[in-house]
Amino acid sequence: MESHNINVSVNGVDYKTSADPRMTLLDLLRQTLKFTGTHVGCEHGVCGACTVIIGGEAVRSCLVLAVQAEGLEVQTVEGLGHEDGSPGILQDAFRDAHGLQCGYCTPGMLMAAHALLQVTPNPTDEDIREAIGGNICRCTGYTQIIDSIRLAAERLQEASS
Amino acid sequence: MSTPQRKNYHYIARKRRVVEDKRFVTGQGNFIQDQDLPGTLHVAVLPSPYPRAKIISINTEAAMSLAGVTAVVTGDELAEHTSPLYHGIPLPECKWYPLAHEMTRYAGEWVAAVVAESIYIAEDALDLIEVEYEALPVVVDPEEAMKPGAPLVHPGHGSNIIYEGDFVWGPVADDFEAADDTLSFRARWGRSSTVPIETFGVLAKWQKGTDILDVWASIQMPNYQEQIAAALRIPINEVRVNQDVDVGGSYGVKRGIKHTVLVGYISRKLGGAPIKLIEDRLVNLASGDAHGPDRIFYTDVAFSREGVIKSLKIRAIDDCGAYPGRGPFQLGKPIAAIVGPYKINSVQYMPCSVATNKTGQVPVRGMGQSPTNFMIETAVDKVASHLNMDRLEIRRRNLIRSDEFPYLNPSGTKYDSGDYETVLGKATELATYEDLLKRRDDLRSTGMLAGIGIATCLEPSGGNNMFEYMFNPKAEISTYMEGCQVRVDATGNIVGTMGTTTSGQGHETLVSTILGEEFQREPDDIRVIHADSLAGLPTRSPIASRMAIMLGGAAAGAAQKIKSKLFQIASHNLGKPIDGLEYSEGMIFDRSNPTNSLGWEELCNIAHRQYHKMPKGMEPGLQAMHVMQVPLGGQMPDEQNRVQLYPCFSFQAHIPFVEIDPDTGKVNVLDYFIAHDCGTVINPDIVRGMIIGGVAQGIGAALYEKFEYGPDGQFLSGTFVDYVMPSVYEIPYVKDIEHCTPSPLTSHGQKGSGEGGYLGAPAAIASAVNDALAPRGLSLHELPMRMHDIEELLNGEKP
Repeated sequence: MESHNINVSVNGVDYKTSADPRMTLLDLLRQTLKFTGTHVGCEHGVCGACTVIIGGEAVRSCLVLAVQAEGLEVQTVEGLGHEDGSPGILQDAFRDAHGLQCGYCTPGMLMAAHALLQVTPNPTDEDIREAIGGNICRCTGYTQIIDSIRLAAERLQEASS
Repeated sequence: MSTPQRKNYHYIARKRRVVEDKRFVTGQGNFIQDQDLPGTLHVAVLPSPYPRAKIISINTEAAMSLAGVTAVVTGDELAEHTSPLYHGIPLPECKWYPLAHEMTRYAGEWVAAVVAESIYIAEDALDLIEVEYEALPVVVDPEEAMKPGAPLVHPGHGSNIIYEGDFVWGPVADDFEAADDTLSFRARWGRSSTVPIETFGVLAKWQKGTDILDVWASIQMPNYQEQIAAALRIPINEVRVNQDVDVGGSYGVKRGIKHTVLVGYISRKLGGAPIKLIEDRLVNLASGDAHGPDRIFYTDVAFSREGVIKSLKIRAIDDCGAYPGRGPFQLGKPIAAIVGPYKINSVQYMPCSVATNKTGQVPVRGMGQSPTNFMIETAVDKVASHLNMDRLEIRRRNLIRSDEFPYLNPSGTKYDSGDYETVLGKATELATYEDLLKRRDDLRSTGMLAGIGIATCLEPSGGNNMFEYMFNPKAEISTYMEGCQVRVDATGNIVGTMGTTTSGQGHETLVSTILGEEFQREPDDIRVIHADSLAGLPTRSPIASRMAIMLGGAAAGAAQKIKSKLFQIASHNLGKPIDGLEYSEGMIFDRSNPTNSLGWEELCNIAHRQYHKMPKGMEPGLQAMHVMQVPLGGQMPDEQNRVQLYPCFSFQAHIPFVEIDPDTGKVNVLDYFIAHDCGTVINPDIVRGMIIGGVAQGIGAALYEKFEYGPDGQFLSGTFVDYVMPSVYEIPYVKDIEHCTPSPLTSHGQKGSGEGGYLGAPAAIASAVNDALAPRGLSLHELPMRMHDIEELLNGEKP
């Protein structure tokens, strides 16, 4: 199988890499570029554990081929923190409202929430449900995730005002 | 007994961040898929297309010749070089190997394994393996499987019945004879599981130089290293399970013993290559041997005309699939609370575990208690309906009263403490029950079906495993210990060490909170680590809702040993007897002269560096291990098979509110209220998360989730489109309230809370759906109650 060169930006850093045509973006991120915060859940686009942000949109990286990422800007959970590496406002809100347990769906959940808050800084509960409607969590029953996203929205608004 | 108030703790029961959360929100978790060793080879497994077939031949030549393939392994090789995997009860003729040997017993069973330099190549090679099968008749339905002449899953065993018991506790015949009335029903719990988002995975490397098999795995099970060693025919001290792997959810099911034996065998065969097997989702669902209970109940209830339930006769038939493992014990654990929170005088219990051509069963959250609670609550609701009695009132008449604890139930278990009626009252208050009734009736007047569910359930916690002995007298095991080691360094920093993995329960937070409380030191400054299995900490893993009780108790015990040493050092240096000294935030002072004191740093420094200031003969350093025995454990069953099974009993009252579209059968859970009592709460956020998360899993089991098999034995639920788990749209914002009846048996009054939401939600949802169906004169006692099931019932198409 012929390997293809790929130029992709991840969390603001440009990478020149390569992948077989059948490799998923998920595997490229995890195996080649070592962004292991993005998780493998179902590999058929249902659970949302592999969610990353491409061009402002929450996208399932298991349904994108690595070669399709050519020239794109990808954001993963590793890119959500402050510049000094400490957790960002959204991440800390998940800690404060304990919007997670085992942590496996969490990166996907955070990326879905981040995509929401970028365009809807003051979301309703319905907005929040819609944003994470494609992300399955088996631990929390979602209640504390909704609390977390609500808390993050409040804090982000405070921070920007 | 009145409800004691919570003590004024420094850290326990206070809202604090969960230690583990930081690494997970920053993408720094250390999951099995993130583990990498240089030169790792990857394993893909070949599924059997037949649910039951003779394996005539396997040709691996073409697969072996593919570039990048290192090895292909088959069942014949495994059967020659490994010992069969462990079943909980002795089944010498039900041989279980990681790969099918001579015959396949379910669709998807692993027939061969390819080892290659990448998983992509390994999967390519699967297509090149040629297997000749001779298809055989299958048995799918457990009641059919029990009939004479049914195809035998394990022909050598001579029957599909794996285990059958008949326990009678108390005067069942007399109670039925004397009862005003009786009723009977059949209830069905569907085959589902907790299905974590992370599949099972394992990495193993045989260390040639040290003769140690290193294992990293997404594991949550007791006696893992023992079972690996037994199957690989090596001593236990040649297996090192590395416990610092974050487990991406488990809820009981992460028990990939066959996966581990397979990769351990391959690593040894290949002279020490690191071997990794990560289930893909289809393997996880179809052949991970991780399905849960699949149970049919036939229940008879004897009761008075006042609604007092006197006795139960319960026949429970459970389909354990092709390889029973520890599955049959899921019929045994519920004996701990076989009459629920009710004063039922006697009970006959006839559990039966049956093999069929399906993937194997593992313990699922609550170990069979959730199906049992669903059956008990169905019985209570049916008696209420029969007597035209309010469902809250019948519970008030049967619940054990708060002044009756400790309460001895008919099967020999003492419930430690509780205040069930108060908790039920809190639930109805939280639900604004009178308003809820009005909302229900308003909805009904619009043409919708609407119902309120009620379930009052127990969560046995801190298990002692005695059900294993009841089902298998060869297993004379009367302890289920847990250890914790604590070390304080010369500068006063504290490290707690636990011996198991963690899968979302927040054990590091548990240990650091309890150590912080005991030492009165800031918990966030305490590090908690996971020792590997050779590091010597006895553990039985985070099962049985036991860690708050057992690991928490072990941590408290170890801290108290260290504190006792600090007191001796202080007494020696301050010239005062210990009973004249006081401890405060790490400082020890003379009560009669508080300025005569030694600070935390000084005490720790003496213990580590100043032997001349230590009492004569004292062991230097500040370290202690405490191994906790299960409270009330160590008793053996009496001649009537009565025994204490679990020490502590948490309680919940669930009140969901549902609407059902009468045209489509679609159920919407509009609201969910739960009042909960697990004694002292160590971390409120963790307990709340456990409760609500368990409720969500219970809603899934009640309304959506089922592993379907066709009548031909083919598996029909191989994707998340077919095995439907609730999203945020299916789960309402759950409203919860705590109550605290401390356990008299534990270090801080804590009980278990890991299972409670799941143990009551299916019963409560079933109760709500039946309340909604009642005006139509219909009822349904089969889970899951899926949209099409209800639609068929409403259309008169269901028998």
